[in-house]
Amino acid sequence: MTAATPAPDLAIESRGLTKRFGEQIAVNEIDLAVPRGAVFGFLGPNGSGKTTSIRMLLGLTQASSGQISVLGQSMPDSLHAVLPRVGALVEGPAFYPFLSGAANLRRLDTADRNAPSSTRGARVEQALARVGLTHAAGKKVAAYSLGMKQRLGIANALLQPRELLVLDEPTNGLDPQGTREVRSLVRSLAAEGTTVFVSSHLLAEVEQMCTHAAVMSGGNLVAQGTLADLRHVGQTRVRVRTPDAAAAAAVLTGLGLAPVHSDVPEQDPWVAAPLPREMSVDLTGQPESIVTALVAGGVRVRGFLIEESSLEERFVALTGEGFDVLQ
Amino acid sequence: MSSNSVASSKVSGNGVPSRRRSAGPALLGSELTVLFRRRRTWAMLVAIALIPILLAVAVRLSSETLAPGEGPPFLDRVTQNGLFVAFTAMIVAIPLFLPLTIGVVAGDTIAGEAGQGTLRYLLVAPAGRLRLLLVKYAGVAVFCLAATLTLAVAGTLIGAALFPVGPVTLLSGDVISVPESLLRSGLISLYVTVSLLGFAAIGLFISTLTDVPVGAMAATVVVSVVVQILDVLPQLSWLDPWLFSHYWLGFADLLRQPMDLGSFGDNVLLQLGYIAVFGTLAYGRFSTKDILS
Ligand SMILES: Nc1ncnc2c1ncn2[C@@H]1O[C@H](COP(=O)(O)OP(=O)(O)OP(=O)(O)O)[C@@H](O)[C@H]1O
Ligand SMILES: [Mg+2]
Repeated sequence: MTAATPAPDLAIESRGLTKRFGEQIAVNEIDLAVPRGAVFGFLGPNGSGKTTSIRMLLGLTQASSGQISVLGQSMPDSLHAVLPRVGALVEGPAFYPFLSGAANLRRLDTADRNAPSSTRGARVEQALARVGLTHAAGKKVAAYSLGMKQRLGIANALLQPRELLVLDEPTNGLDPQGTREVRSLVRSLAAEGTTVFVSSHLLAEVEQMCTHAAVMSGGNLVAQGTLADLRHVGQTRVRVRTPDAAAAAAVLTGLGLAPVHSDVPEQDPWVAAPLPREMSVDLTGQPESIVTALVAGGVRVRGFLIEESSLEERFVALTGEGFDVLQ
Repeated sequence: MSSNSVASSKVSGNGVPSRRRSAGPALLGSELTVLFRRRRTWAMLVAIALIPILLAVAVRLSSETLAPGEGPPFLDRVTQNGLFVAFTAMIVAIPLFLPLTIGVVAGDTIAGEAGQGTLRYLLVAPAGRLRLLLVKYAGVAVFCLAATLTLAVAGTLIGAALFPVGPVTLLSGDVISVPESLLRSGLISLYVTVSLLGFAAIGLFISTLTDVPVGAMAATVVVSVVVQILDVLPQLSWLDPWLFSHYWLGFADLLRQPMDLGSFGDNVLLQLGYIAVFGTLAYGRFSTKDILS
C-alpha cells in the first residue's frame, strides 16, 4: 500500500454531489468538506439547495450522482452505522400532534434500535431540559407554539450523545431569547467535541456561532472555508466622511486609489476607495498617511474608516443582490 | 437551554458503549401506542361496536318476527338466541365497514407519517426502512384483530343483554354449548382477521405511493369496493378464487359440526400470496423512495 497522504479528518465530505428534480438541478456537483469539531455554517438564500443537500447527506433522498461520506463512512451504504451517531433537524420540526412533547421524543427514540430503553426516560428528560421545555413536557404538541416545536425538534437531535449534529435552520421561529440560547447551546456542544453543521440564510447568525462556512447559490457551492478565509477574500476599503467629496476624490486618485463617492442629500457625503493589496506607497500599513494627504489637500475630514469587507458584502457578492428566488 | 454538562455526562457516559441491538419490539410497542392513543382509532372502534348494538336494538324493538331466511343471514335466529347477534354483525360489517376502517389505518401507515413530516425523523433515527414497514404492517394487523374482536365482544354482550342465551343450533343442525359457541366466536374473529390481511397489505403498498394520507385511504377503500364488485359479476367468476375478498364471508364454515377448515386453509394461502406480492411491492417502492416530505 502506498503511504496515503493523511486525509484531513472530515465529519462530512461530498464529491460532485448532485440532485436533479426532473430538468431542474437543485444541487450541482458540490464538494463539501466539514472538518471534525467545526461549527460549520451552511449559508444560502431560499431555494439554493441547502435542505436538499442535507436530505442527501442523511440518506433520506438518493443523490443523482456523487459520493458522500459522513463520519468517515460512505452514505447511504453505511446508514445504519452512521445515523445513530448523528442528530438531525431537517426542514423544520415534525411531530405527532396528539402526543405530548415527551411522548413524541420517546416515540422517536424507540425508532433507533441502538437506543438503550433503560435510559430512555432519563435521556428524554435531559433533552427537554436542555432546550428549556421541562415545563411543557406533558403538553400535547398540538398546543405547542412554533418556537416550542422548534425547541422540541432540537431536543430530538440531542436524545443521545452525538458526534455530529445537522441542524437545518434551527433558529427558525424562535424568539430572541431562544435564538441566543440555541447559539450558546451550539457553542457548548461544540466545546464538548460535537461537530455541528448548521444551515441558515441568516448571515449574522452564522457569523456569531460558526468557525467555518460554505455558501450556496442556485444549487452551486460558491465559497467554503474558515470564516476568516471567507472574510479575507474581500477587499479592505478606506472610507472618508467629508463635505468636500470632490476634493477628497481627487486626493485619493492622486494616491493611486480608485474612489467612488456618494452624496445622498441631508447626509454627510462620503468617499470610499478599495485598498489594493500591493501599492507603491505602503498605504495599508499606514493608513493615517492618507489622512495627512487629505488634510494637506484642504479636505475637511469628518470621519475616516478602514473597513474590512464584511461577510455580508461577500455573501451578497456571491449570491447576488436580487430578491427573486433563483430556481 | 442551559448546557447542564454535569447531568448530561451522567447519561452520556454509559450511553454509548451499550450498543445492544435488542429493542426490536420497542418500535412495535411505540407504534401501537401511537395507533391506540389516537382519538380516530377509538372513534372507529366505537363505530364498529355500534353495528351489533344497533342491530340488536332494532330487532328487539320491532314487533314483527322475521321468517326464516329473511334479512341478513342469522338475523332470524337472533330473537331465539342472543349469541347470533355477533355472527350477524360480522356479516353486515365485513363488506363495507371493516374495509373502510382498515383502509383508513392501512392507508395512513406511511403516507400519514410522510404527510406529517415524522417519517423523515423516524428514518434518520434510524428506524430502517424495512423494519419500519414491518412494524407498520404489524400495527395494521393488530388493528384488524381489534376491529373483529370489538365486533364479536360487543355483539355477544348486547345479544346476551337483550335476548335469551342458550346452546346454539348450528347450520348443520347440531347443537353446541354456550362456552363452545363463545370459542367459535373467537375463532371466527381470527378467521375474519386473517381474511383481511391481504387487503391490509394492499393498503400498505398504496400508502408508500403518496405523501397524502387521505388519498391513500380513499384509494385503498376503492380497491375493496371494486374487488367486491368483481366478485359478484358472473362473467368474471373464474377470477373469484383469486380475489382477496373471496373468503370474507366464508366464516360460516366454522359454524358447522365438525368444523370445515378446508376453506380456512385456502384463505390463509390466498392471503399469504397477497401479503407476499404487495409486501414486496411496498418494500420495493419504499426502500428507494426519496423522502421529500
Ligand atoms: N420535492 C421537490 N420537487 C422538485 N423540486 C424541489 C423539491 N424539493 C426542492 N426542490 C427544489 O430544489 C431547490 C432547492 O430547494 P431546497 O429546499 O434545498 O432549498 P433551501 O436552500 O433549503 O431553501 P430554504 O432556505 O427556503 O429552506 C429549489 O429550487 C426547490 O424548488
Ligand atoms: Mg431549507
